[in-house]
Amino acid sequence: MWIYEKKLEYPAKICTTNPKLAKVIITQYGGPDGELAASLRYLTQRYSMPTGRSKAVLNDIGTEELAHLEIVATLVYNLTKDASIREIKAAGMDGYYADHDKALYFVNGDGVPWTAAYIQSKGDPIADMNENLAAEQKARATYEYLIQLSDDPGVTETLRWLRQREIVHYQRFGETLEHLYDYYSKDHYYFMGSETC
Amino acid sequence: MKATRKEKLIKLMAEEFTAIELNLYLDTHPQDKRALELYNETVERLYALLEDYERHYGPISNFGLSPSSYPWQWIEEPWPWEINFCDREDNEQCGYMKKS
Ligand SMILES: [Fe+2]
Repeated sequence: MWIYEKKLEYPAKICTTNPKLAKVIITQYGGPDGELAASLRYLTQRYSMPTGRSKAVLNDIGTEELAHLEIVATLVYNLTKDASIREIKAAGMDGYYADHDKALYFVNGDGVPWTAAYIQSKGDPIADMNENLAAEQKARATYEYLIQLSDDPGVTETLRWLRQREIVHYQRFGETLEHLYDYYSKDHYYFMGSETC
Repeated sequence: MKATRKEKLIKLMAEEFTAIELNLYLDTHPQDKRALELYNETVERLYALLEDYERHYGPISNFGLSPSSYPWQWIEEPWPWEINFCDREDNEQCGYMKKS
């Protein structure tokens, strides 16, 4: 069960119309290392986690990623809502516009649609937690590239906050990996990589 | 949206963010008594802020978690992505994370 809260997790500041910036930020909506991928990956991995702690971490971070998805959507929505056709064209968003107008859709910066192939749910908690550590680093790197591309200080502020969250999630997943090593007895997994060896 | 409402909303957001952060930390440090204390204190402050905000401006949550006055308030705009924080002062960049 989930309950919606009628507020954002962070007060995102969008003071300009900037479809060019929206066009790249949308990758954190529907791209390979975006918030949709993050949320669905963690929430679906919950079921095969062995301990209360690992289930909680995936449940809670998966839920927070949904709040980040909403923040990214808020950025894209507000950066494009007042854009003229001429601005849309100049930003190279005309292809997107032809399919979606200014509606939100799950694509990366080049219009490639989201796919479940971006994520994995392996049934092996150690493998899954390592995937999640990589996912957080990839998301952090993406936010850094977006910050480099951003020419809007308010949006940059929000991107910096989102980047920070990836660092915190990485930390919590790292602690969870250590906890899983303890649970399975560390050396066995670290060196063999498989329970059946 | 009026300034006082936005201020209250930002306070509420900051308090809940504190709770989220402590929640994640406690997931991996369940025996940290100090963090647990901080979490429970945050819950109390958050409840008070929520109660005050909802009394003035309607429910933050639906599905039975907060009551509504007449007519059904849940459908009232603005929705979160429509609230403009553009006038939020720059020095709040850090202030958002700080306790006031
Ligand atoms: Fe994350």
